[in-house]
Amino acid sequence: MTVVDTARESVASALELGRVESHLNPPASYDLADHPVPTGREEVWRFTPLKRLRGILDGEPSSDCLTWETELPEGVTVSTISAQEARDLGELAPNERPAALAAAHSGGAALIDVPADLETDQPITIRLHGESVDDLVWGQLLFRVGAHARVTIVLIHTGSARYSAISTFLVGDGATVNVLTLQDWADDAVHLGRDAIRVGRDASVKHTAISFGGDLVRMHANVEYAAPGGEAELLGLYFADEGQHIEHRLFADHTAPKTKSHVLYKGALQGAGAHTVWVGNVLIRKVAEGIETYEENRNLVLTDGCQADSIPNLEIETGDIEGAGHASATARFDDEQLFYLRSRGVSEKEAQRLVVHGFFNDLIRKVGVVSIEEKLLATVEAELARNVLGKELP
Amino acid sequence: MSTLEIKDLQVTVETDDGPKQILKGVTLTIGDGETHAIMGPNGSGKSTLAYSIAGHPKYTVSGGSVTLDGEDVLAMSVDERARAGLFLAMQYPVEVPGVSVANFLRTAKTAVDGEAPKLRTWVKDVNGVLEKLNLDSTFSQRSVNEGFSGGEKKRHEIAQLELLNPKVAVLDETDSGLDIDALKIVSEGVNRFRAQEGKGVLLITHYTRILRYIQPDHVHVFVDGRIAEQGGPELADRLEAEGYDRYVSAAR
Repeated sequence: MTVVDTARESVASALELGRVESHLNPPASYDLADHPVPTGREEVWRFTPLKRLRGILDGEPSSDCLTWETELPEGVTVSTISAQEARDLGELAPNERPAALAAAHSGGAALIDVPADLETDQPITIRLHGESVDDLVWGQLLFRVGAHARVTIVLIHTGSARYSAISTFLVGDGATVNVLTLQDWADDAVHLGRDAIRVGRDASVKHTAISFGGDLVRMHANVEYAAPGGEAELLGLYFADEGQHIEHRLFADHTAPKTKSHVLYKGALQGAGAHTVWVGNVLIRKVAEGIETYEENRNLVLTDGCQADSIPNLEIETGDIEGAGHASATARFDDEQLFYLRSRGVSEKEAQRLVVHGFFNDLIRKVGVVSIEEKLLATVEAELARNVLGKELP
Repeated sequence: MSTLEIKDLQVTVETDDGPKQILKGVTLTIGDGETHAIMGPNGSGKSTLAYSIAGHPKYTVSGGSVTLDGEDVLAMSVDERARAGLFLAMQYPVEVPGVSVANFLRTAKTAVDGEAPKLRTWVKDVNGVLEKLNLDSTFSQRSVNEGFSGGEKKRHEIAQLELLNPKVAVLDETDSGLDIDALKIVSEGVNRFRAQEGKGVLLITHYTRILRYIQPDHVHVFVDGRIAEQGGPELADRLEAEGYDRYVSAAR
């Protein structure tokens, strides 16, 4: 191989990133014409009950907003920038209509800036609260984490709104970032969220999406890599009650060699019409040699009348992979587990509670945000107490 | 003071070809403080007897009765049976991911006693029992049966036996798959349990090996869903020498 050949190849592989688009993910674009109003038959929309989006996709401008409450570690700043400035800073472009509408109508982005080398145990906490489902809110957030910083970011959504947001996390080289978004909405809220993460060289990112409340919640967690050596762990926990639609769509786009993605989402469903959707897409591009990826989704169906859709997709463009795999399982209570617990005197309800507690406990221990772990366990207990299992508990 | 009385117990299990009778009339009384061994070849229905007493939903009782101190066990739910004083040490204990041994033991103890154990003495009791069974202190933080070796699973069953301290324990092939050291440790645990006054043990096994460490008062040979012969400990020695062939061919 000559020098020219080598050069040609690296040019080719650079071009590759732009050219090979995953057929599972529409191309990223700010142009609304590239994201027509869906009919519901599109691959990326076929699970979502469009009527229950309450007109968000019509894309009317709105100046409604959520109330913000922030707790910031010293050195972290929040400011407002224009949509154009957000793009100039490297915002990851929308790849579906709600995110494109959010970018078009937000009227400016919130920039949360974490300077390079800042290491802190105090999380950045942002509480977003909506007053009413009549409010249509477009959100645009840009998190910029400098090189070698170590920080935890917690976003908590409560109250009600029709909320569509585009969020970007630009993670600098060697940084360690732990992001947690909690969807703890009131029963009528609609939330469409697109989180996209760009992982710097040798950086490590954990992103956890936790969805309990809301009538319809549809969250994207996308990750791509700016350079080799980045790692991403995408975690999720959801609990769908009667009539709720909770959808999580993941996309790990391996755009650089020697990168890792690890996905684990766990959900429980109870009550008539509870519907969860999990779609995990992984694309291993030609340049992405020596990567590792694993994705896993587990659903526990607690009552009749629920539906859990679970679809892992793996597209591979290179032959040189360290490891790639996926697993998906949707099941009811395991009768043998319940029998074992009950044979020790534990009542049926309590046995079911223990099994669900255990099912989520594994994941909650991985989240690594101490301030929120207890709240999560308590919320899981409350969800269980709320419906099927609770009625006979003291 | 406790008596487990099994009378003419008949049990069927659902198969693709319709219900199949496994137990064909089992009569057996475990009197106060007695240890009974049930021995038999594979497929004779020994485990079915154990699971039927515990109330596993797979098995349907089609006739007969089981009482514990006069109370109708068959009318009780699975957990009621445990709270009434029955315990089944399983041949294949079930994994419960994410639930720690400590949480599981405390929940079970609370259920069986009807009140939470006193924290200080409870932790001491748990650690004491685990230590005697040669399980280290990190054991209680592991998920129930998840990733346990065969020996750890069996020792965990016996730890539960000692901590829950039932009236009557049914041990389903607790000896299978154990090396000699683990077998001794497990047997010592069972012997500590039955050294207490009035505790009954029904020891189900394929092999005579465990009976060297746990001396039974009565031995029953179980073949084709029935008790084919009964005797004292000497019957086990004869089985050791002669095997089950004689009984199996007689049953045909």
